Amino acid sequence: MSDLSKVRHEMLPDLPPPENTTGPIGWMRRHLFSSVTNTVLTLFTLYILYILLVPTIDWAFLKADWFGETRDACTSGGACWVFVTTRFSQFLYGFYPEDLTWRIDLAFILLAVQLAWLMIPKLPYKGIVSVLVLFVYPIVAFYLLYGGSFGLDVVETHKWGGLSLTLVLAVIGIVAALPFGVLLALGRRSEMPIVKSFCVVYIELWRGVPLITVLFMASVMLPLFVPAEVTFDKLLRALIGIVMFQSAYMAEVVRGGLQAIPKGQYEAAQALGLNYWKMMGLVVLPQALKLMIPGIVNTFIALFKDTSLVLIIGLFDLLAIVQAGLTDPKWLGYSVEGYAFVAFMFWIFCFGMSKYSQHLERHFHTGHGSR
Amino acid sequence: MQDADKTPSSSLPEQKTRFWHDPAKRALVFQILLVLVVLGFVGMIVQNTLNNLESRGITTGFDFLSQQAGFGITQTLIEYTESSSYGRTFVVGLLNTILVSALGVIVATILGFLIGVARLSNNWLVAKVASAYVEIFRNIPLLLQIFFWYFAVLQALPSPRKSIEIWDTFYLNVRGFYMPQPLPQEGFDLVWIALLIAVVASYVLIRWNKKRQDATGQRFPAYWVSLGMILGLPLLAFLASGSPLVWEQPVLKGFNFRGGMAILPELAALWVALSIYTAAFIAEIVRSGIEAVSKGQTEAASALGLSNGKVLRLVVIPQAVRVIIPPLTSQYLNLIKNSSLATAIGYPDLVSVFAGTTLNQTGQAIEVIFMTMLVYLTLSLLVSAFMNWFNSKMALVER
Repeated sequence: MSDLSKVRHEMLPDLPPPENTTGPIGWMRRHLFSSVTNTVLTLFTLYILYILLVPTIDWAFLKADWFGETRDACTSGGACWVFVTTRFSQFLYGFYPEDLTWRIDLAFILLAVQLAWLMIPKLPYKGIVSVLVLFVYPIVAFYLLYGGSFGLDVVETHKWGGLSLTLVLAVIGIVAALPFGVLLALGRRSEMPIVKSFCVVYIELWRGVPLITVLFMASVMLPLFVPAEVTFDKLLRALIGIVMFQSAYMAEVVRGGLQAIPKGQYEAAQALGLNYWKMMGLVVLPQALKLMIPGIVNTFIALFKDTSLVLIIGLFDLLAIVQAGLTDPKWLGYSVEGYAFVAFMFWIFCFGMSKYSQHLERHFHTGHGSR
Repeated sequence: MQDADKTPSSSLPEQKTRFWHDPAKRALVFQILLVLVVLGFVGMIVQNTLNNLESRGITTGFDFLSQQAGFGITQTLIEYTESSSYGRTFVVGLLNTILVSALGVIVATILGFLIGVARLSNNWLVAKVASAYVEIFRNIPLLLQIFFWYFAVLQALPSPRKSIEIWDTFYLNVRGFYMPQPLPQEGFDLVWIALLIAVVASYVLIRWNKKRQDATGQRFPAYWVSLGMILGLPLLAFLASGSPLVWEQPVLKGFNFRGGMAILPELAALWVALSIYTAAFIAEIVRSGIEAVSKGQTEAASALGLSNGKVLRLVVIPQAVRVIIPPLTSQYLNLIKNSSLATAIGYPDLVSVFAGTTLNQTGQAIEVIFMTMLVYLTLSLLVSAFMNWFNSKMALVER
């Protein structure tokens, strides 16, 4: 009984966790050195990173030359960014007359403002802005870029180039493909057998062939398809090819969105006595379009990268204009700098867009809906 | 949707519905109109095309396929000379497309699986490096990557005279990667026969082992034995028939290497770029496939006492594969279609030699583009048919 006196009546305070399981050391033990294999892997990866990154950073930043007029400015043995900086405006605007480049700037600033308006959830009047983007802006942009009215001089499309051409191709490609894609997707889900088979054949045909053959087709065969008097601009031909191709991919995105709408919505719309177009236009598509935005952004990223293919049919997009600059005898041997610049530009755009689309996917995922 | 509308009219036949209020008839009219519009459109195109071709003096038809091509091709898997026909050009281009696609699919799959698994590694550094790989390479256009490998890396290699030598057998220079070529001598057929026997025997053994394991639960290391047979039997045959194989060394003659086998820089650049680019997408597919297997499965498998490797091999991967296969198929199809970018660096694939050179020389745009598109469509259909078959084989067999 006397042992009872040894019983403690109050709790001891918790001991702190062992030193080596908390803080940076604990983190490293858990995430980098948890076993022999992991330690070897970590050390190996560190070594690889060391031999890859150190010379790259050295070359691209520490030893690089940034400013100058000719290649003589590149003396320090690192990257010669002078090649990029001297031609920067050409890489952005192509052969567009220098005193008119404000028109390109204005067109893209307008687009950026409208898109930002649509992307920021808090701003009001989304409906009006989307109508502006889809119907008014294209006309404004056409006159700004091409000219021919309102006192603006015409700038022929063969002078267009660089990043602005890449953006023009991608934006027009995706915007023009959207309505066709919606029609094709509706057709594919239609119960009319002939309509359905037309749409299925069209979609699968374009999805089965590479974009490059479509561009070849557009540039070689399209002139044969129209009466001899009608001539197409080279840019227009490429755009027709891209839109035909892209609408098939867009149709599949739209179809995914349509399938995600529960059947009850269709039935409720029919029960209200709406006809097919009203049901689709007022009930189904507004809901489906919201779900389709991540898919559309992903398609846009793919198209944005694919626009670089137009260099094969002789248009000067961002990649093509840098490639052309590399063949300039004054700048031979700076291909790595040129490609690094193009890669960086494309990467910024694509990475930004893909992060946005992932954000949207998470955003929509929290809502109801049967995805 | 229309079935729902149809019911009132069919249940009340006496009520006369107006023609345009009957969805079935409306659909019929609409479809007939569509057919007429499409036919009219196609007819207009055909008419225009015939007029245009006539005014340009181009004859239609596939006769040009038997004409002499008159240009050389740098890489030919079958015999081809400048006097071969355009038809032969087509086959050479097609084979080159298939070659680079097959090589790309193999490397991209292996690399993609490794990186996908690495992204899920509990080693923080490895996971971060793997996701950096994915984010970098899938956000840069493939064409740019091909240009980078071709113009910036491979074209910067030394000239043949200053080749980089590896053990005096392999030579790397601006014209390609040269290696010894095995030349089978008389009696080498025995090795092929032995390989065939080993493959058939392994197949039978694995089937037998699976049946026996299902019936009795006893296991037999069938895969190791099969591997031994497939490697060992041909080797035995090879030694028994007196090593009938000669290696032909590449030798520097004049300005270039003669003899041996060479991987052209065009092929290498395309192969590397296609593999690296597609691997980034495959890695994402593999990662999401593995993440789709619920954690309960892993825990249940561990609770049964399976080792980590066995948990992966027997429980996680078989379930992940079902999620992975459909998107993997479309990546393979993308890779095949992307191989057409070969034309930008002059690798002699189908688009380059057929839709490029042949089209320019003959002017038969319609036939050439039609055949090229048909080839890609057929390849796409074949690959998806195969992957569908594989998918249905792997699919869950539900009771």
